[in-house]
Amino acid sequence: MPARDPWRRRGRRLLLAAALVLWAAGAWAHKPSDSYLTLSVTDATASGRWDIALRDLDLALGLDGDGDGQVTWGELRTRHEEIAAYAGARLAVTADGEPCTLEIGAQQVDTHTDGAYTVLPLRVACPRPPAVLALQYTLFADLDPQHRGLLQLAAPAGTRAAILGPQAPLQRFELGRGGAWEQFTAYLRDGVWHIWIGFDHILFLLALLLPAVGLWAARHWQPVERFAPAFWDVLRIVTSFTVAHSITLSLATLGWVSLPSRWVESAIAASVVLAALNNVWPLFLGRRWMMAFAFGLVHGFGFASVLADLGLPQGTLALALVGFNVGVELGQLAIVAVFLPLAYAVRRSWFYRRAVMLGGSLLVAALAAVWLVERALDLDLLPV
Amino acid sequence: MAAAAPYTPTDDAQVLERVPARATDPRARELHTLRLQLRQDPLNLALAVQLAQRCYDEVAAQGDPRYIGQAEAALQPWLGLADPPVAVRVLRAILLQFDHRFEPALADLDAALRAEPGHAEAAAWRTAILMVRAEYDAARASCRQMAAHTTPLMAAACAAQVDAATGHAAEAAAALRAALRTDLRASAPERLWSLTRLAETEERRGDFAAAETAFGDALALGLPDVYLQAAYADFLLDRGRPAEVLTLLQGRGRADVLLLRLALAARAAGDTGAAAHAQELRARFDAARRRGDTSHRKEESRFALAIEGDVPRALALASENWSEQREAADARILLEAALAARDAGAAAPVLQWLASTGFESTALHTLAARVRALR
Repeated sequence: MPARDPWRRRGRRLLLAAALVLWAAGAWAHKPSDSYLTLSVTDATASGRWDIALRDLDLALGLDGDGDGQVTWGELRTRHEEIAAYAGARLAVTADGEPCTLEIGAQQVDTHTDGAYTVLPLRVACPRPPAVLALQYTLFADLDPQHRGLLQLAAPAGTRAAILGPQAPLQRFELGRGGAWEQFTAYLRDGVWHIWIGFDHILFLLALLLPAVGLWAARHWQPVERFAPAFWDVLRIVTSFTVAHSITLSLATLGWVSLPSRWVESAIAASVVLAALNNVWPLFLGRRWMMAFAFGLVHGFGFASVLADLGLPQGTLALALVGFNVGVELGQLAIVAVFLPLAYAVRRSWFYRRAVMLGGSLLVAALAAVWLVERALDLDLLPV
Repeated sequence: MAAAAPYTPTDDAQVLERVPARATDPRARELHTLRLQLRQDPLNLALAVQLAQRCYDEVAAQGDPRYIGQAEAALQPWLGLADPPVAVRVLRAILLQFDHRFEPALADLDAALRAEPGHAEAAAWRTAILMVRAEYDAARASCRQMAAHTTPLMAAACAAQVDAATGHAAEAAAALRAALRTDLRASAPERLWSLTRLAETEERRGDFAAAETAFGDALALGLPDVYLQAAYADFLLDRGRPAEVLTLLQGRGRADVLLLRLALAARAAGDTGAAAHAQELRARFDAARRRGDTSHRKEESRFALAIEGDVPRALALASENWSEQREAADARILLEAALAARDAGAAAPVLQWLASTGFESTALHTLAARVRALR
């Protein structure tokens, strides 16, 4: 290894000083190298523009011909063919696996936050209207692996954004007719999944529903005689919960209201404690639907933060919101559909009255109390 | 997104962009020559390491992160190796820490130091990361390890930096002064770094005259250095002297950290450029977000608080930033955001850090007292 070259000794002192300066900085706020690629697909063609920083092109092609530190329009204009060839060779487009041709028109100039860019008009001609459009992007990959191409891809089904670069040189975009529908169902599935794995929401709902198959009469548990009253009780509670959390989920997702997540998560845990304890020491009796509504408002904020973490598509926000919300409701209905017949069937048993109503509720209350402490004080008490 | 509509210039002489001047600027020429040589011989380790080091120097001087990617490109043939040469390991660690990946960076530096215990840059960077993470005992040990392999000034400055963060600021300042006086052979970059540390330590102690003198001495060295300029700009802003910041940083807005100071100063001075600076900075933060970049949270929090007036966002960013970085500036923005939000709980981690480290700073302790008064 040539690691003992004499220059290395010299370099070391300089770098050491640089290191010491940088360490206090910790991090650099910065605008690294990006290009902006905008494409709009209609049938078998796509048109758009590709903005590439002159600084980056200067590094690759030496735009500043006289080396005076200034890139003039004259220097840029006369290199157009070379620039178009260089960029064109570093973007490959295919439609369902078949290559499309790329045509680059006369360049213009635009300014982005970090300086001047050449604007290359693009025309992509594909052999067929693509169901899957694939982009292979390798611009500057050899000169600056941290360079990224910020893609804005518009298709009839909707607009999407993607980050192109060496971290994922080949990216595929489904443009098929189902674009919007696919997005909708993806968020719907996420909604279902979230309610199923969101134990705090399920436990809150179940704790409220447990007493639906009975009545409290003179401090005694009286199983219902017929299915209908239990059904209507459940419907009332589920509807209240749904309406309430839909309201806050929408308000938070649209950015009209926001609450600190620690407060929301703590309040959700508290709601589970209260709902469970209510089964042991009844406070709300037949007015559990009000409780479902009041705390449903809080749970909605919790759903909103999950939806935000999933990433919200610009332009199709309403689609995502409705899809996610419908998913939550479907997931919730599925749980209720399993719970209600089961609970109705065993409502007279000792098991339901003692083990589930009392034991189960106390257990849930205890678990939720631990969550409450964890979330309010920002601790980790449970392994999960 | 595009700031304006694309246009076709009409004059060939119109200057569109400034780039490093290869014909006249020796730094640019040296870089250019190295690049050409490496292009001829891309597997030449010595050349690749030299180019990468020069790129890092440019990051410090210009604040332009493009050079980080260029260093990565130079090192590409070795970066994926499980056991790369020591020089590459150290440079890889620097790449990783730019990306805030402190754990793997430390692993590389530890491996480099196991192979070459006297590797001063590896020890320096290791100390740097430990300081950012507020691991002061480990940082002190790292300085001791480095002391035998570096100049007296660097050894003294390293120890002084840890002392200044752990309740011995006065001694740290005295030690730095003494070392600056006695180590006459120290290089200009080393003096610059030591003087910057001295200035910051004096400022935190509340001796603003001494801080100003040290900043002045550092600037008088005439080296371009983004960190120093940002620190001095902050000092001037705190002293209510925004007009001087506008002069100091004129034309340096390409570095985001400096553009932030320009925007703050323009606003404080009622300068007509204030709105344009704010607009530009907003666009840069948006661009970073589009790219999925989160390494600018400290600056963005300050922007949200001081310019956008978006307190909840400032607080969220400052809290996230604190979970990763724990230096005076990180502490300060979290305290300020918590105060604006009247949320003492959010600042609790900083209060704990101040109490447990004995960190001295009149500004931070004043803010902390105001936060405690919220309860």
